[in-house]
Amino acid sequence: MSPARKKTTTRRTPARRPARRTAPPKKGAAVQLRLVAATVAAQSAPPIKDVAGLMAYAYALEAEASERYSEFADAMESHNNREVAELFRKLARIENMHAEHILEEMGWTHPPAPPTGGWRWEGLEGPETADYTDLHYLMQPYHALQIALHNEKRAEAFFKELVQKTPSGKVRTAAKQMADEETEHVRLVEEWLKRTPKPESDWAHDPDPPRWSD
Amino acid sequence: MTISAQPQAALAPQAFKSDYKPVWCPGCGDYSVLSSLTKAFALLELQPERIAVVSGIGCSSRIPAYTTCYGFHGVHGRALAAATGLKLARPELTVIAAGGDGDGYSIGGNHFLHACRRNVDMTYVVMDNHVYGMTKGQPSPTTEPDWDSKLSPGGTGMRAFNPLVIALAAGANFIARAFAGDPNTTAALIAEAISAPGFSFVEVLSPCVTFRPEQRDWKQMVRAAPVQWTDDAARAARRLMTDDGMNIGVLYKGSRAAYRTHVAKTSKRPADLEEEFRI
Repeated sequence: MSPARKKTTTRRTPARRPARRTAPPKKGAAVQLRLVAATVAAQSAPPIKDVAGLMAYAYALEAEASERYSEFADAMESHNNREVAELFRKLARIENMHAEHILEEMGWTHPPAPPTGGWRWEGLEGPETADYTDLHYLMQPYHALQIALHNEKRAEAFFKELVQKTPSGKVRTAAKQMADEETEHVRLVEEWLKRTPKPESDWAHDPDPPRWSD
Repeated sequence: MTISAQPQAALAPQAFKSDYKPVWCPGCGDYSVLSSLTKAFALLELQPERIAVVSGIGCSSRIPAYTTCYGFHGVHGRALAAATGLKLARPELTVIAAGGDGDGYSIGGNHFLHACRRNVDMTYVVMDNHVYGMTKGQPSPTTEPDWDSKLSPGGTGMRAFNPLVIALAAGANFIARAFAGDPNTTAALIAEAISAPGFSFVEVLSPCVTFRPEQRDWKQMVRAAPVQWTDDAARAARRLMTDDGMNIGVLYKGSRAAYRTHVAKTSKRPADLEEEFRI
C-alpha cells in the first residue's frame, strides 16, 4: 500500500539501466493507493516445534509492528502532520499491548530471544510491519488506517496458513487462536475505517511542494 | 563519557537511537538504514560509547545525530577523511562513515578511492538514492544518464558511476549491496561489514520518495544475489560489471590485511624534524 504514490506514472529504473522521466503529477489529480498483495508462501512457514516457538514469532511480529508505527508517528510529527502522528502513536500502543499480552500469557518476564534458524518472513519484513515507503507527508488518518488494515490482513493470513500447515495439536491450537485474534483486529480496523472520513481526491496537492519543478 | 572496562550488558537497538527525531521526508529509505544500523550495533553487542559515526553533508549525513554513539557531522565529502583519522588515532573504536551518493562519490570521490586503497579497518555505509535530495533533486554521480527532469532536461547523458566496481578496483576488502526496504537483511550485512577486517563498503539502495518516487518500485526489483560472495577479485569484477544493480548481499570479501599505523617507526623526535626544516 502506498498512499504516497503521488505520481500517476512510474517506471522501473534499475540502477544502471536507462531511466526515463516520471510524469509530473497533475495538481488535484486523484491519488491511487497501491495495495501490495498479502502473500504468505508455503515455504515461509517457520520451523515451529512448540507453542513457545510460535509465541516468540508472534511476539517478534507485534513488537516490530509497534516499533514501526512509532517511527511513523515520529516522522509525521516532524512534518507537522499531528493528526496522523497521533493515530500512528495509537496503533503503536495497540501493537505494543498485543506484544505485552503475549509476554503475560506465556509468563515471560523478558522478551523472548528473536527467532533464529535462518528463517525469515516471506516479505522483506514481518507480516504486520508497514513499509517505510508507505508514508506521505500529507497523508490522512484514512490512509494510516488503510496501512493498518493491510498489515492486520497479512498477519491474519500468516497465522491462518500456519494453522493449515502445522501438524502438532498444541501449536495448531495456539496458531488458530492467534489467527482468530488477527481476524478480530481486521474487523476492528474495518469499523474504524468506516467511521473515518475519506480523503478528497486532491489530498496530496501541496501549494508549496518540496519539488520546485512541480 | 567514561569508557568502562567492565563487561556491559547487550543493548537493544533502541538504545542506539537518540532522542532527536529524524527530519527526513516520510517514506525516505534512510529511516530504515538508521534502524538497520542500530540493529547491527545491537547484534554485535557493541556499546554506544565505543562507536563513532562520521558523516559529511546531505540528507543521509544527518544520521550521526540520530544515534547515541559519538558522532561527527563534518564537511561535505570528507566523512572518510575524518573517519580515517579517527580510526588511526583511536583504533579501539568501531568507526562507521555514512553518507549519500553525492557526498561520497562526487564531492568525496577522491577520498572514497583512497579509503578503499588504504584499507583502514572501518565501515562505509552509503545511502544511494541516485539524486541530490537535500538541494532539490539534481542528478548525482549514480543518476542514470537519461533521467529527465527540469534540472537536467533530457538527462545528463553521462554514464552512471559504478561504486562497487570502483571500490573493488581501488582495494576495498569487503563489498556488499543492501536495500533499505529490507532492514533486517541490511542490519545483518552491516554487522558483517563491521566484523570484516579492513575497509568494508556497504552500498544501500535507499529510495528518495520525494525526487525519485519511481524508486518505490525497487521493492519489487531487488533480489538476493544469485551466487555467493567470492574472494576472487577478477570474478567479483565480472559480476559487478554485469549485474543490474539489484543483487543484494555480500558480493566480495578480500583477504588484504587492514592498514596498520605502526609498521615502521622513526627514531626522530618532533624537535629533530623541526630542526631539519628550520630556514
